[in-house]
Amino acid sequence: MDLAPLMPLYSATNLEECMRKTQTVKYGEEVCFNGMLMLKASSSGLELGNCVWSIKGPRASITYLPSTVFVSAHALDCDYNSLKENDIILFSDFSSLDVMDENNENLGENAMLCDDSLSRDDGVDEDEYVQCLCKNDDIAEEIERISFICSCISDAIKSGGSVLIPIGRLGVILLILEHISETLLSSDMKVPIFMISGAAEKIISFTNAVPEWLCKPRQEKLFSREEEALFGHVELLKEGKLSLFPHLYSKGLLAAWKEPCIVFCPDWNLRHSTAVHLLRRWHADKRNLLVLEQGVDAELALKPFMPVAIQVLECSFLSGIKVRKVNPLLSVLKPKLVLFPEDLKSRCPSKEDAPWSYLYYSKGKTIEIPNTREDFEVGLPTDVAFGLQPRQLDKAIAVARLRAKLHLSKGQYVLVAPKDQSDESNRQLLHWGAVDAGRLLSALQEKGIECAFPADDDDGPAGCERSILITSPGEALVKMAPEKTVIYCDDESTTRLIYDALSSVCNGI
Amino acid sequence: MFDCGMHMGHHDHQRYPDFARILAATPGADFTSAISCVVITHFHLDHIGALPYFTEVCGYHGPIYMTYPTKALAPLMLEDYRKVMVDHRGEEEQYSYEDIQNCMKKVIPLDLKQTIQVDRELVIRAYYAGHVLGAAMIYAKVGDAALVYTGDYNMTPDRHLGAAQIDHLKLDLLITESTYAKTVRDSKHAREREFLKAVHKCVSGGGKVLIPAFALGRAQELCILLDDYWERMNLKIPIYFSAGLTIQANMYYKMLIGWTSQKIKDSYTVHNPFDFKHVCDFQRSFINDPGPCVLFATPGMISGGFSLEVFKRWAPSEKNLVTLPGYCVAGTIGHKLMSGKPTRIDLDKETHIDVRCQIHQLSFSPHTDSKGIMDLTEFLSPSHVILVHGEKPQMSFLKERIESELGMPCYYPANNETVSIPTTKNLKISATDKFIASCSTSQARDSTQKSNLICGNHLSGANGDEKLAEGILLMEKSKDAKILCEDELLQLLGAEGHSLQFEPLLHSRIGEAETDIVDDLASE
Repeated sequence: MDLAPLMPLYSATNLEECMRKTQTVKYGEEVCFNGMLMLKASSSGLELGNCVWSIKGPRASITYLPSTVFVSAHALDCDYNSLKENDIILFSDFSSLDVMDENNENLGENAMLCDDSLSRDDGVDEDEYVQCLCKNDDIAEEIERISFICSCISDAIKSGGSVLIPIGRLGVILLILEHISETLLSSDMKVPIFMISGAAEKIISFTNAVPEWLCKPRQEKLFSREEEALFGHVELLKEGKLSLFPHLYSKGLLAAWKEPCIVFCPDWNLRHSTAVHLLRRWHADKRNLLVLEQGVDAELALKPFMPVAIQVLECSFLSGIKVRKVNPLLSVLKPKLVLFPEDLKSRCPSKEDAPWSYLYYSKGKTIEIPNTREDFEVGLPTDVAFGLQPRQLDKAIAVARLRAKLHLSKGQYVLVAPKDQSDESNRQLLHWGAVDAGRLLSALQEKGIECAFPADDDDGPAGCERSILITSPGEALVKMAPEKTVIYCDDESTTRLIYDALSSVCNGI
Repeated sequence: MFDCGMHMGHHDHQRYPDFARILAATPGADFTSAISCVVITHFHLDHIGALPYFTEVCGYHGPIYMTYPTKALAPLMLEDYRKVMVDHRGEEEQYSYEDIQNCMKKVIPLDLKQTIQVDRELVIRAYYAGHVLGAAMIYAKVGDAALVYTGDYNMTPDRHLGAAQIDHLKLDLLITESTYAKTVRDSKHAREREFLKAVHKCVSGGGKVLIPAFALGRAQELCILLDDYWERMNLKIPIYFSAGLTIQANMYYKMLIGWTSQKIKDSYTVHNPFDFKHVCDFQRSFINDPGPCVLFATPGMISGGFSLEVFKRWAPSEKNLVTLPGYCVAGTIGHKLMSGKPTRIDLDKETHIDVRCQIHQLSFSPHTDSKGIMDLTEFLSPSHVILVHGEKPQMSFLKERIESELGMPCYYPANNETVSIPTTKNLKISATDKFIASCSTSQARDSTQKSNLICGNHLSGANGDEKLAEGILLMEKSKDAKILCEDELLQLLGAEGHSLQFEPLLHSRIGEAETDIVDDLASE
């Protein structure tokens, strides 16, 4: 028997150690990695704290786009505005792969309504795409599903059964809690709700203390003065309808225990603690209800409990972007390049005549991404710019020698003026082209230097080495070849004079 | 525009800022086009009191930013103030309840450190300022020019809030408050003990304690302190909050735990310190009840409203105690009580109050002291400093210190005075791969341990020992300027390099001799 899957991957100490090394950031907070990369997280809308990452460097900007939700019932909506105009999008929302076929047909219809009608028209403005993204149809569907679950729960309770909800999604749990209290209230049923998890207490009080992470309507609850809490569960706790316990054997649980009841205990595979015990207790009664998330293999999950009579409700939940919203999203974000999963290619056809290009990736295959920008962007402070001494080469081009310190800070290169400006700044260091001997001779003479071509200089064919002999103010010899000039001189001031004359007749900087 | 407050000491048009000056600066514009946005640092009236007036009466429709707690708590403050104005003083209202609601609806909430792109050029970011719940220091950047406006801040943590926190930033200007420009405070612990002793002495002598306080902020801190003390000393004397206002405020505090001190954040799941055990609601009829009690009443400086009403009743008895905040605006009763020990206060021509009660001035204030201002200024090392929110003589003293000790030019302009601050500006140019690489390799070679271009430092210009980068700036018509390496320039020009050598004269002769020898050999 293979025991590997049963070995613990890490200990509680490992977990603590790991978290100690983790630097936390807020949504919209820019953090710098190594001076080079600016990282910024913004809400992805799927769950409290889930995020889309934007990574900007001096040469390219990348968006890492995991599962996104544009209108959420609990988490802060996906903040696509902060992702606009990044060069590359790594599209990593695979949620549409899990979508059931029946929904798929549905999608086709909607796609006609939403995307195609837009993409055919060249003059579509961004607002229409944004409208398409922000349509609250997704969340309306989600609320409908939650209501359906609540009605099933209510039916089970009415028949005298208990309900086990081993779903681990925080958003779903919070929404069900809110809706179930309404459902129970309207049908005048009083059943205890238990949440059994080591994290329950922390999570439940935490969710009422993070307005910054919640969707706008929930934030309004903070601002409006009418409501006392951000989520309905605060009221449930206060009224004693909801009880939190870390374990099934926790002190007080037995005293509070009453059936029928509703139990939340996040453990989707039904192999650990609470869920196992309660299923053993409830599996044989067809009045009881088990709510599972679709995608979990229910048959496998229930195998140890066979035969089961308990009703099983499998539900799918909003897990990411809908296919019809992919192209409108890309149109709003305006990338240059989209890295798209090969597996999704058929489900979500790439937009024709899109102004961005696609690269498809798949498991275990490395793809190379071309540079989107050839050059780096550098900041040149005005004080450095004013110190430059440009030299006009021709009508269209001027060059200047630049000496500065290059700083890299917060993903940006900046040239900073050095503290001690040396006097060498007007010395030329780079020369090009050939030196015309005749022009050099007259330039030297203009500076009052006595000089001449040597007697044996025969002004030979071009490309030949030529020399000029200098006799006053010091003795010197200048030898000129097409690619090289040598000044032979022992006297510094004379050398300088010759050098200046040479600079005036030669291209250089 | 940073903050939009009002002057507590004035009751005429002078209480609001002279908004016409905004329009004077940009002729032909209205308020909305003249300013990019309004950023409010915290919910105190001297920072937000004129906002509903500005948006609803003057007609500013642009964006308004403030932190989540400020957006939640500001309407309570504004409504409380409006009521005092209209109900107690019988003044004509400057803005209505609906105005406050409509104004707050336009506010965009901010989280700490969240970087907000206001428009193409302007970026703002909030940092934790301590002071009161939700107070923020604001970093603003336009192009390459950057500044921080501190609002009010506190560099030491208190019972419920942490100390101000900010990153190292490259700033052209720091605008800092300077309430305590000259004062250096001693330890907080001693001051708290002093306060508790005074309160305990009063109530055990059968007296009543009046704590005039802003509804939010100080009230919560003092209440945590008292609730704790009551628990420890097993006292049964009631602590009251006037009206439901402060109780309601406590409910907000519970939702905004993330903005309190680390200690509270770590423990709130077990015990929320804003669930006060000994606090109850106050009924108006309790004013004349016998027996000791402690009462929190607004407004803080006894400038009117309920605290004045209670003060009138309680001040004549020497058994009672009134605590005053560390700072009171001139013109308020609080201010009169602080300056000297008056035995009689004239409210108007007919009414006067005999003051026989004890006065205790709270020496813990949510403002930073002078040491804190110096520490923050030194930490941020801006190119220029402007002092605001203080009194002239003290500001002048602090300006001297900042200029002499920190070497930064410092100003403290009077109202309506303009100061021009030069800013940095970077031109955007491009640089070739090779140029950047040549700079990086020379640095990596020179400093393997120190920060370099591959592994940059977070502080630009922190250490000045980087090697000089050298390149050629190429400026072509109708193209962006570009930095490249020498050989890249030659390649671009399609030219061959021409090398220049310097040699002693002797070498030319040796060279000639050599060629002669070579020639000789060749001819042989």
